[in-house]
Amino acid sequence: MHAVGTAGPRIDGMEQTMGRTKYTDDMTLPGMLIGRLARSTQAHARIISIDTSAAEALDGVKAVLVGTDLPITYGILPVSQDETALAVGKVRHVGEPIAAVAAIDAETAERAVDLIKATYEPLDTVASIDGALLEDRDLIHGEGKGLNVHRTAALEFGDVDEGLASADHIREDVFYFAGNTHAALELHAALATAEPGGRVTLWSSTQVPHYVHRTLAKVLEMPAGQIRVVAAPVGGGFGGKTDPFSHEIVAAKLAMVTGRPVKFTLTREEVFYAHRGRHPVLMWVKTGFDTEGRITACHFKTFLEGGAFGSYGAASLYYTGALQTSTYQIPNYRFEGVRVFTNKPPCGPKRGHGTPQPRFALECQLDKAAEDLGIDPVAIRLINAVEPNSMTVNHLRITSCALSECIERVAEASGFKEKFENLPAGKGVGIAVGAYMCGAGLPIYFNEMPQSEVQIKVDRGGGVTVFSMATDIGQGSTTMLATVVAEVLGLEPSDIAMVTADTDLTPVDLGSYSSRVTFMGGNAALEAGTAVKDRVFAAVADKLGAPIESLVAQNGRIEDAEEPDTGVSWAEAVALAIASGGPLIESGSYRAPKLAGPYKGAGVGISPAYSYSAAVVEVDCDPDTGIVTVDKVWLAHDIGQSINPLLVEGQIEGGVYMGLGEALFEADDFRGALHRGPSLLDYKMPTSLDMPPVEAILIDSDDPEGPFGAKEVGQGPLLPVIPAVANAIWNALGIRMDQTPFTPDKIVAALRDVARGKPGRFGPKEVPAFEFPPLIMVEPPEGFPTGRIHIEVGVS
Amino acid sequence: MTIQVPPVGFVSAGTLEEAARLVSDPDDRAVLIAGGTDLVPKLKRHQAAPITLVSLANIEAMHGIAITDDGACVIGALTTLSEIASSPDVPTMLASAAATVASPQIRNSATIGGNLCVDTRCNYIDMPLTWRQARGHCLKDGGDTCWVAPASDRCWAISSTDLAPVVIALNASVRLVSSRGERVVTADSLYRSDGINYLTKTSDEILVDVTIPATTARTSFQKLRRRGSIDFALLSVACAVDVDSEGRCDTARIVVGGIASAPVSATDAEEFLVGKQLTPEVIDEASEIASKPVRAQDNTDTGQRYRKWMISVHVAKALTEAATERV
Ligand SMILES: Cc1cc2nc3c(=O)[nH]c(=O)nc-3n(C[C@H](O)[C@H](O)[C@H](O)COP(=O)(O)OP(=O)(O)OC[C@H]3O[C@@H](n4cnc5c(N)ncnc54)[C@H](O)[C@@H]3O)c2cc1C
Repeated sequence: MHAVGTAGPRIDGMEQTMGRTKYTDDMTLPGMLIGRLARSTQAHARIISIDTSAAEALDGVKAVLVGTDLPITYGILPVSQDETALAVGKVRHVGEPIAAVAAIDAETAERAVDLIKATYEPLDTVASIDGALLEDRDLIHGEGKGLNVHRTAALEFGDVDEGLASADHIREDVFYFAGNTHAALELHAALATAEPGGRVTLWSSTQVPHYVHRTLAKVLEMPAGQIRVVAAPVGGGFGGKTDPFSHEIVAAKLAMVTGRPVKFTLTREEVFYAHRGRHPVLMWVKTGFDTEGRITACHFKTFLEGGAFGSYGAASLYYTGALQTSTYQIPNYRFEGVRVFTNKPPCGPKRGHGTPQPRFALECQLDKAAEDLGIDPVAIRLINAVEPNSMTVNHLRITSCALSECIERVAEASGFKEKFENLPAGKGVGIAVGAYMCGAGLPIYFNEMPQSEVQIKVDRGGGVTVFSMATDIGQGSTTMLATVVAEVLGLEPSDIAMVTADTDLTPVDLGSYSSRVTFMGGNAALEAGTAVKDRVFAAVADKLGAPIESLVAQNGRIEDAEEPDTGVSWAEAVALAIASGGPLIESGSYRAPKLAGPYKGAGVGISPAYSYSAAVVEVDCDPDTGIVTVDKVWLAHDIGQSINPLLVEGQIEGGVYMGLGEALFEADDFRGALHRGPSLLDYKMPTSLDMPPVEAILIDSDDPEGPFGAKEVGQGPLLPVIPAVANAIWNALGIRMDQTPFTPDKIVAALRDVARGKPGRFGPKEVPAFEFPPLIMVEPPEGFPTGRIHIEVGVS
Repeated sequence: MTIQVPPVGFVSAGTLEEAARLVSDPDDRAVLIAGGTDLVPKLKRHQAAPITLVSLANIEAMHGIAITDDGACVIGALTTLSEIASSPDVPTMLASAAATVASPQIRNSATIGGNLCVDTRCNYIDMPLTWRQARGHCLKDGGDTCWVAPASDRCWAISSTDLAPVVIALNASVRLVSSRGERVVTADSLYRSDGINYLTKTSDEILVDVTIPATTARTSFQKLRRRGSIDFALLSVACAVDVDSEGRCDTARIVVGGIASAPVSATDAEEFLVGKQLTPEVIDEASEIASKPVRAQDNTDTGQRYRKWMISVHVAKALTEAATERV
């Protein structure tokens, strides 16, 4: 392979580095208006009135909208159509949009927003998981009072009671993972135009142009064919730009009403209110072990605080239970979960979507069990590690899997065993693992169509243009697609022209979420590229009189492997193919194999493949101040095959960075229902100066279904980092941090407890007494757990 | 959208006299601006609404560091924190404290004058406008209640200057010039424990320079903050101790910043130390004494309990480091 596996720059790297990339907020159109949203100052209230007359009368204001102008509900999941573009009837959190203005400039728009006066009748504010589980509070969705429960789940695989009865050692632990947010550098922005003929175009900073397209068609009540959505270059998403947003819909509507382009760019404060960040999750975990540390059964309960809307929540809930089994062989497994509504900005998917929280709990509990049983933290992970080509008890199909190798390699590179025993007080190492999906097995709305489509058009001069709706959010998907096609056609990635993320120009790709693009878009590109190659090879074989099988595409030529001198240039080859077969336009697509197990909720967690990671973190803690300094992070990642190792390492470093932020600094803290600090000074993301060195170890497990064997790297590497930090703090100070983030005040509090003879632990003590629905009992897959199941693999 | 600064006039003064004249009438609502790293974010959040900003940046005479014949260090108010952090001429404690202020980019524009006059902070006021509307405006924000201590009739916003504790511990003085004349006051007396009227100088007085007398004191500056890269202090401690030839403490200055509306001098601890050897036991006792009178409020990051605990920890760190400093 000449292109795949070669470390190289992104094909759009130069323009980004030089500041030439035009993000949505950089765009201007003639006559463009600036839009602003008026937002609720109430956490939970009935709207009595919204007076927009003064705003409308202000010079320079061209239009004002309120909720009733856009009354149709929407939501990313078909089961949660609970949002409106502007609040209708009531408001559910501080910062919820209640009205919108379009004006000739930002200053006028801002003044108009100040002139909009809303009056409210307050309702009970629900600001915690406990509060949501009280029966006498006003419902956030629905009328009257009652439990503010959004969704529940209750599943059992195998026999947990029996598994626990047979255990030699049982642990019960409670953990809390604080909510946090994506804080992408680029603020959300959208620019819309409406043509006199009725067509609407929206440029937006989104990860999912296809879903935004569908939402606009629904809410604007227009045929999808009359709407074009373009994902402009995205300055970071991390899951924060994966929902359809108020400002996108409102921009389109205001453009239609005024006949002029309208642009919205949110402020940082507004982005905190738009949110869709990591759910706060309270967890209770009971796990049985045999004397060697093998897991005999696990019972996992999760309580998710969802904020004011559904968003991805129904999926997030199941994700807090789905992937525990993807790393460890758990023969009997029970999962009970509940997601509640509260009057806070809505939670949603953030890097790792619903899985970093249970991963934190599981990895910390495993560390404690190892301690109890006198086993070292590496050994207990190896003895439980999932093996390649196996089924999990909850029916996940595992194919390629280098988990054990990840653990061994990262332990070796970091000198874990040596350090674990010998580091001086205050210093410590911790280890943890994780796994993540390479694309959700099912699309967000039910359909039988492919999840990714790619089209390739070849110009008569040999120029190759790849069309794909895959959206580059900084992860490098555009470069990945170009590399795959270049590999197939014997060209260089920089030879390929890319047209992406545009619903008018490109065939559907569901979007940049669930780490799906390399696996799904990459496979579609591979198929499309192969179709182009087949046509070119047929024409060249004809011309040279050589058998097709002996042709190779390399160095910009199509050559006979036996007699390279007789080959033709790529441009000539293309001309031959067009002459013989007409326009050289081919397409490819990808559809995940049918993987869902036989139970409700089985759609969450299934994926055609899983990436694996293991991390070791070394910390230096100041016991006086509680400040934890991370000296170094080692991270081994089973990537299957790197399409571009430089980008893979970049994603690993980014994942480690984000994980360290969540472990040590970041949390969405609230005073009641009011965010404590919706700004980047108060929300403590680490800066580049706070970042330790990271050693990335790439492990190729050559996935049987991934494009060239590739798997994901966008989300997986974050997962082990957070528990590895907690475990390192234990090794350094002898205290257990069962609640994120591990801030200095929590550490000092735990150390002071130790000094007073109490257990050195910071974390919640119990979970609410909530009655989960009856368990759905699911038979483990056939042959489980004794016989390892052989998987018939092959691209579908 | 990057939040815009609301419309405001801007004048760049060429001389100190001109600047003094421009801010002489309070009815003009003219406000001084140096590096702007404190003021501009506040304007964006609508925490202040001046009519005119009077920039000091072009007043040449207010830049730079000089050493006088008697060894005092005179620092022009417009000297940037980056210049101070890398200057061999300023006391080490001042350079090391300046290096911990904000981030490298901010230190390149931030000035020592702006730092000594920096507004007090509180997480009920240093918030975006929508947030403050949702919470209700606090006392410092034109409302009638301090949300930190609703029963109290004053504002409890926190003094957030890192350099004030340092210059106070070094017995510095500052020169204030207005169209009414000039006066020199001790750095200590510049501050008042009130979150709103936190300076004793009037709004027409310009801080022109800071004079730090020559000293033989051993010093240490300690700062607690969440991110080592950018954050304000949750607590800072500056200490300066003079020891005699026997190693006994002659004089001690311990000043705590970031915990109350003005820098707090730990006078009881200072007196306790006089005549004592700086042994670990003495340091521990002194740091307990220092922390006793100080209360932490719930108006910044991390809990009150923790910040209270950290006072003695940081005083002890500072004294320990000072005791072993080579001079
Ligand atoms: C992200 C961030 C982090 C920060 N972290 C810290 C920190 O860790 N420690 C810290 O101490 N500060 C911190 N600051 C605050 C500020 O940046 C510094 O205090 C800086 O030194 C202020 O100087 P300036 O020249 O920018 O002041 P300006 O913003 O220009 O002025 C600040 C105030 O002082 C007045 N003023 C300025 N110069 C004079 C003068 N010569 N005479 C009279 N009045 C004057 C102004 O009218 C204004 O009220 C931080 C700021 C930010 C944005």
